[in-house]
Amino acid sequence: MAEHYKPVKYKAWEMNLEERFQEVFPPLTEREAVLEANRCLYCYDAPCMVACPTHIDIPTFIRKISTGNVTGSARTIMEANLMGASCARVCPVQELCEGACVLEHDEKPIMIGRLQRYAMDYADEKKIKFFNKGKSLGKKVAVVGAGPAGLTCAGELAKMGFEVTCYERKMWPGGLSTYGIVVFREPVEVARAEAKKIEDLGVTMKTGVTIGEDIQFDQLLKDNDAVFVSIGLGSVPNMDIPGEDLEGVVDGLEFIEETKVKPLCDIKYGNRICVIGAGNTAIDCATIARRLGSERVTMIYRRSEAEMPAYHFEYQFALGEGVSFSFLTQPVEVLSNNGKVDGLKCVRMDLGEPDESGRRVAVPVPNSEFVVPCDMVIKAIGQLKHTPFIAKLGEYGIKTVKGYIAVDSKTNRTAHEKIFAGGDCIRSKGEASTVMATQDGKIAARAIYEQLTGNKIPEGTLKRSTDMTIEPAMEKGYALHEHKPRVHATAPTK
Amino acid sequence: MADLSINFNGIKSPNPFWLASAPPSNSGYQVQKAFEAGWGGAVWKTVGAPVMNVCNRYGTIDYKGRKIIGLNNVELISDRPLDVNLKEMRETKKNFPNHAVIASVMVESKKEAWQEIIKRIEDTGVDGFELNFGCPHGMSERGMGSAMGQVPEYTCMVTEWVMEVATKPVIVKLTPNVTDIVHPARAAVKANASAISLINTINSIMGVDLDTFEIRPNVGGKGGHGGYAGPAVKPIALHLLSSVASDEEVRKAGIPISGMGGVETWQDAVEFMLLGSTSVQVCTAVMHFGFRVVEDMIDGMSNWMDERGFKNCTDFIGASLPRISSFGDFDLGFQSVARIDHNKCIQCNLCFIACNDTAHQCIDLKDMKLTDEVKERLWPVVREEDCVGCALCASVCPVDDCITMTEIDTGRPHITWNQLIKEKPEVLQWDKMVEYREKNHIHIH
Ligand SMILES: Cc1cc2nc3c(=O)[nH]c(=O)nc-3n(C[C@H](O)[C@H](O)[C@H](O)COP(=O)(O)OP(=O)(O)OC[C@H]3O[C@@H](n4cnc5c(N)ncnc54)[C@H](O)[C@@H]3O)c2cc1C
Ligand SMILES: Cc1cc2nc3c(=O)[nH]c(=O)nc-3n(C[C@H](O)[C@H](O)[C@H](O)COP(=O)(O)O)c2cc1C
Ligand code: SF4
Ligand code: SF4
Ligand code: SF4
Repeated sequence: MAEHYKPVKYKAWEMNLEERFQEVFPPLTEREAVLEANRCLYCYDAPCMVACPTHIDIPTFIRKISTGNVTGSARTIMEANLMGASCARVCPVQELCEGACVLEHDEKPIMIGRLQRYAMDYADEKKIKFFNKGKSLGKKVAVVGAGPAGLTCAGELAKMGFEVTCYERKMWPGGLSTYGIVVFREPVEVARAEAKKIEDLGVTMKTGVTIGEDIQFDQLLKDNDAVFVSIGLGSVPNMDIPGEDLEGVVDGLEFIEETKVKPLCDIKYGNRICVIGAGNTAIDCATIARRLGSERVTMIYRRSEAEMPAYHFEYQFALGEGVSFSFLTQPVEVLSNNGKVDGLKCVRMDLGEPDESGRRVAVPVPNSEFVVPCDMVIKAIGQLKHTPFIAKLGEYGIKTVKGYIAVDSKTNRTAHEKIFAGGDCIRSKGEASTVMATQDGKIAARAIYEQLTGNKIPEGTLKRSTDMTIEPAMEKGYALHEHKPRVHATAPTK
Repeated sequence: MADLSINFNGIKSPNPFWLASAPPSNSGYQVQKAFEAGWGGAVWKTVGAPVMNVCNRYGTIDYKGRKIIGLNNVELISDRPLDVNLKEMRETKKNFPNHAVIASVMVESKKEAWQEIIKRIEDTGVDGFELNFGCPHGMSERGMGSAMGQVPEYTCMVTEWVMEVATKPVIVKLTPNVTDIVHPARAAVKANASAISLINTINSIMGVDLDTFEIRPNVGGKGGHGGYAGPAVKPIALHLLSSVASDEEVRKAGIPISGMGGVETWQDAVEFMLLGSTSVQVCTAVMHFGFRVVEDMIDGMSNWMDERGFKNCTDFIGASLPRISSFGDFDLGFQSVARIDHNKCIQCNLCFIACNDTAHQCIDLKDMKLTDEVKERLWPVVREEDCVGCALCASVCPVDDCITMTEIDTGRPHITWNQLIKEKPEVLQWDKMVEYREKNHIHIH
């Protein structure tokens, strides 16, 4: 039967577990991609391109989809962003490129993210390798942490000819793209394939190695001409309320990680879950829980809807997934029965005067305690910094801002001339995101190159990758062949 | 990566993409900016006789929400003084010695006038000339442009004057506003031209305003025919190109052709080259989007060449020319029928109504029981034995690869029309034709 006559399963309860964890947005078909690409106006000095933190030449990559040069399209993306496949899936496009599209008001913005994914998927399918290791400069750089920031920096440096070693604590590279972004936004395979491309550029990937434990930072600094620190952030902090250590209270990041690395059917989840926090990670935990099968998922947040840090589209998504929100609610104790979680005691809040950040402070309403019955509590109230590691860096004179590593924003260099840093571990202000981390890696790679070679890279130059490999798919001289009937079917009978 | 450079009868260019002689190549500033963006060459906006331009020079046609499928203009040749143009050509060539700078020229039909301007331009160091025998408005009324190009004898005469003095290659640019383009092309060959380019713009009126009854483009309440260019003219340009490229006399002369008319993407350019263009020129697409369009032209063509293992442009220039034939030599025994892929069909019934109202009534709407729906919509089904293979349904079908024109072998004799009327001249009578068809099981209802 024709595919499109199979009923579309859009109701979560009609899908099976595997189906619920497929990418939320299906890939664009060729026709959809070309139609959408043709809708793009190909603006000059396009605002979408300015809004993209990595400044991908969006009008050009979209035009290339419309002219059938999808290979070139993918190359245009990769030249500006080695994490193009991840970014296409996880970027908060409404806040970035698509939010800036000139068609936002008159029509609707171009689906830049999905077009980007179309081009990246095409290049992946065709196994096109766009870049090669550069001619050796005889210089060594170590990268600590193989998340988007570290991978990008390593890849860009390898393209320029540095000998790069990337150290990663986890089994697999990719950082949060591999372990933290929900699978129905980005499958693990996409993140791993992206990291593989960085290895293919000649970057040595040492996984399962924790710097500071297996290898000391001093050693790295001694052995290399520069070090890029991109360790991201750590686990979810404590809430400091009684009952926090009970079985059934989990770290949101660990909960998400399970869905990335374990068979879905092996994951334990509660039937009535309280998720504490209202950032994007909290939303991810809540929607995953719903998709795993949890019947009641309530998000507990101290302030109101207006203050919640999650993107609006994430909030809308969660509502659509059947997550309920309990705003102006502060958890005060996890209750238990026989050592197991069986409720969350909360207190109602009111909004008071704005604090120095401008957000109105939540103040408890006296005698307003109540209990939300639940069998699982997921904490998603932010991430800790890698304080011991950063403290160690302090020995090299490196400064911090609010516990994050302080860098010069033009070069991402720290106070120590051989140490650079980027990604979530420097993001003291602004929204932490994959694409910002990617740009950090690029900025540092450029600065390391300029510092170690004394050469300048002109601002905004795009180098055409002449070393791209495309396998000839057809015999040479195809067009010159004589006409041969392509199909010999039987003749109809009268 | 493929090598895109070309040698156009001595004019060397890093790639086959040239700006056509038109507003984009109006000044040194523009041409140099274009070279920086990647253009391999530029044919300078035509210089020559003094002129005065009018306002509202361009009119465009949009098609269902897409802007500029065609553009017409009533613009003249360069209205900047000759000295300024010459100075800038010299400077451009000096700054870009490896790019192709070609001067387009048009003066009144006087030997001295042509020879003098050619000598003056040659002194600037340009790589060649293009003789503008094509401008269809303004200049033609003064006996220049297409007024010369439409009379092969004039084309030949003026080209000869130029050839006498030019030491650099001379390209003759043809007008499409003729009955048979091969005649002016042969005239250029006869005069020993180094190359041919085509097409210039096509006579046109863009439209009428329903409120004011004004003609578009409106020049102070009046309007008139102007030159039509842009994507809409591409099929016409391809035809004219292929006629010239496959003409025996032109082929014998062995001179290159620079094709243009509706080139907007690298794919368009490849088509022109497959039909015999060595370089391609572009005007309207650049006027729509700027010089930057060349980046994808280069990238797309080079990726296409890599995919096919072509190392140089010469590997494929003209590769489709052997396929250019004419009706009398087509195989009457070649038969195809429409096949619908019901896995792809979305049941819009456009194929049905097209075939039923305007073709041969050989698609039926049938109950096929292809879904589990109780009241299933009817499906289009081709009665293959009645299908004449016109390909209309496949053309209207909105779903890619849903209707395929499939070649079948019916046992019809493989004979061309020319062979048929030579062997059986009697088929030129209807009764004999019917008899012939019956004998060969050719049924047309
Ligand atoms: C749940 C969740 C969902 C998110 N969703 C989105 C989203 O939809 N869109 C978006 O743009 N962003 C999202 N983000 C943010 C985004 O994932 C991060 O901003 C981005 O991954 C930061 O990249 P990074 O390279 O700085 O750090 P990370 O991706 O965290 O990578 C750091 C790496 O360093 C390693 N490491 C740490 N310490 C050491 C050490 N001592 N030795 C060796 N290795 C070490 C870690 O194991 C890790 O692999 C999300 C974040 C989370 C937590
Ligand atoms: C506004 C305009 C001005 C033109 N002026 C000239 C000219 O001065 N000399 C000339 O040879 N052709 C001129 N042309 C014709 C172009 O060189 C070219 O032959 C034609 O536009 C077809 O190419 P296109 O479809 O890429 O535009 C002009 C075309 C346009 C649209
Ligand atoms: S702003 Fe929108 S229309 Fe303009 S180039 Fe960007 S995506 Fe295309
Ligand atoms: S394009 Fe420039 S010159 Fe032409 S009408 Fe507009 S502003 Fe005037
Ligand atoms: S035009 Fe194509 S899609 Fe529409 S009914 Fe016919 S075959 Fe189906």
